[in-house]
Amino acid sequence: MEGQPSIWRRCLAHRSFVAGGSLTGVLVLTALVSLVWTPWNPIKQNLRERLVAPSWEHLLGTDQFGRDIFSIIMAGAQNSITVGVVSVSIGMTFGVALGLWASAKRGWTEELIMRASDFMYAFPAILLAIMLVATLGQGAINAIVAIGIFSIPVFARLTRGAANAIWAREFILAARAAGKGKLRITVEHVLPNIVSVLVVQITIQFALAILAEAALSFLGLGAQPPTPSWGRMLDETRSMIFINPWLAVYPGVAIAISVLGLNLLGDGLRDVIDPRLARKR
Amino acid sequence: MSVFLAKRFVTFIATLLGATVLTFLALEILPGDPASVILGIDAPQSAVDALRDRLGLDRPILERYFDWLEDIVTLRFGVSYTYSTPVLELVRARLAITFPLAILAMLLSAFVAFGLGVFAASRHNRPGDVTVMGISQLGISVPNFWLALLLILLFAVQLRWFSSGGFPGWHNGVWPAFKALILPAIALATVQGAILARFTRSAVLETMREDYVRTARAKGLSRRATLWRHVLRNAMIPVITIMGLQFANLLAGTIVVEEVFAMPGLGRLILQAISNRDVIVVRDVVLMLAAFVVFINFVVDVLYAVIDPRLKPHDV
Repeated sequence: MEGQPSIWRRCLAHRSFVAGGSLTGVLVLTALVSLVWTPWNPIKQNLRERLVAPSWEHLLGTDQFGRDIFSIIMAGAQNSITVGVVSVSIGMTFGVALGLWASAKRGWTEELIMRASDFMYAFPAILLAIMLVATLGQGAINAIVAIGIFSIPVFARLTRGAANAIWAREFILAARAAGKGKLRITVEHVLPNIVSVLVVQITIQFALAILAEAALSFLGLGAQPPTPSWGRMLDETRSMIFINPWLAVYPGVAIAISVLGLNLLGDGLRDVIDPRLARKR
Repeated sequence: MSVFLAKRFVTFIATLLGATVLTFLALEILPGDPASVILGIDAPQSAVDALRDRLGLDRPILERYFDWLEDIVTLRFGVSYTYSTPVLELVRARLAITFPLAILAMLLSAFVAFGLGVFAASRHNRPGDVTVMGISQLGISVPNFWLALLLILLFAVQLRWFSSGGFPGWHNGVWPAFKALILPAIALATVQGAILARFTRSAVLETMREDYVRTARAKGLSRRATLWRHVLRNAMIPVITIMGLQFANLLAGTIVVEEVFAMPGLGRLILQAISNRDVIVVRDVVLMLAAFVVFINFVVDVLYAVIDPRLKPHDV
């Protein structure tokens, strides 16, 4: 490894990584800060200060209920991050487990798991989410679960592909010769070797989760009032766009910046982790 | 090839059956039963019982599933509880909006994506490439419903070139109807086009490294002719697959975008059915959309095999 710059050096030299990392950092920081402080209470309505123009007091103005928009956007970051973390965790836990299982077992277990995930792949994700929300009822939790379920096949496919490549390596043969069982090899050798691939996918799924949640909330199927949510903000301000067009701009910018940040971070990570791909692309 | 087609057809049928099981079960996992969901919690027990009877909910689950399956195969879909209209009729009217919208968006995204993707690949790592990739990165990050709102703001509110929503219907002339579809189609096509442009670029770059491209250049074919005759034809194969997969997203995207433009398409039908708790409509329409997506993917795979004769069954 000597002569090769450390992984951190390579990260910091990569433009996408730095840009994406900074934007994602801002998102996380905003969410954390909003837990303890926002300029105004993002939920409290103040009907005397409706649709106030941006000023030092209200940086982005107020909405039709007199709530400070900057504060709602800050608090909305919490919602997006929660959705991302929980749904990606669901997708990753089940997807990685299934992928590793398929790869260790091979044969019909693998075939069954892969065909099932192909099927889930073919089923439009938002339709699945709508079905679930329609039957279980509108709400943040159902939306998160639905988004998590549709990322299971993504992780399952990726894990199985990457794990199969590891199983073909010689150190696995050595481990088997040493008498280690499949489960132990999976945990000790296969999983650590595919973590980097998974990390890249996590950032991408996180971005998709934020987009999907925003869409569901926009349709009124996700986060319910008064939970601050960027998607719902867009829905609530739709009737206002003729009066105050800016109301429809801010939450969208927040969503786009978060998604852009995560996508750039994912691109950067992929290049840094696997320089072969970077050259190929 | 015929083995591949037969195998693929079996998977196609199995996937369709899987879709029916999934949509059917989604209704069965309801807390309570469909009758009480449709009527709401305040409904008197007698009304719930009457509806249960009408929907045949007292029969065993397998029997109901197979009855439903038979209805679907013979295209006898359910009857909407709120509209008292057969689902198929409701769908037919709305498809006249959703289908042209999806096709228009697909064409638009393919047109822009091919152009930009090939342009970027031909200027690999030069400013033109970097700009196109930057724009496409932005395009991927923008939620389509927000873009729809921005388009309304710019073209309907500020410039007044288009109306902010609604659909005049095809009977009032093709142009007004087409005009109403343009903004929603752009909103849908931007994200899809951004993704497709990136795929086109990498597919073209990949193909340009092939030996036969070098051979073509070596035998004296110009850069342009090589690009058109050898590179594009081969690069299109993976791109078409992606387009097939994207069509699913596009259809799902119409649900959201139709809502923004207040267009009475399939998306609105589903959303209204959800708020009316008209679960029969939700189930049948979701199944129809899923079946359509599965069908498109099947067609794409078959086309793939036709375009690429090297394709062996185990490669797929």
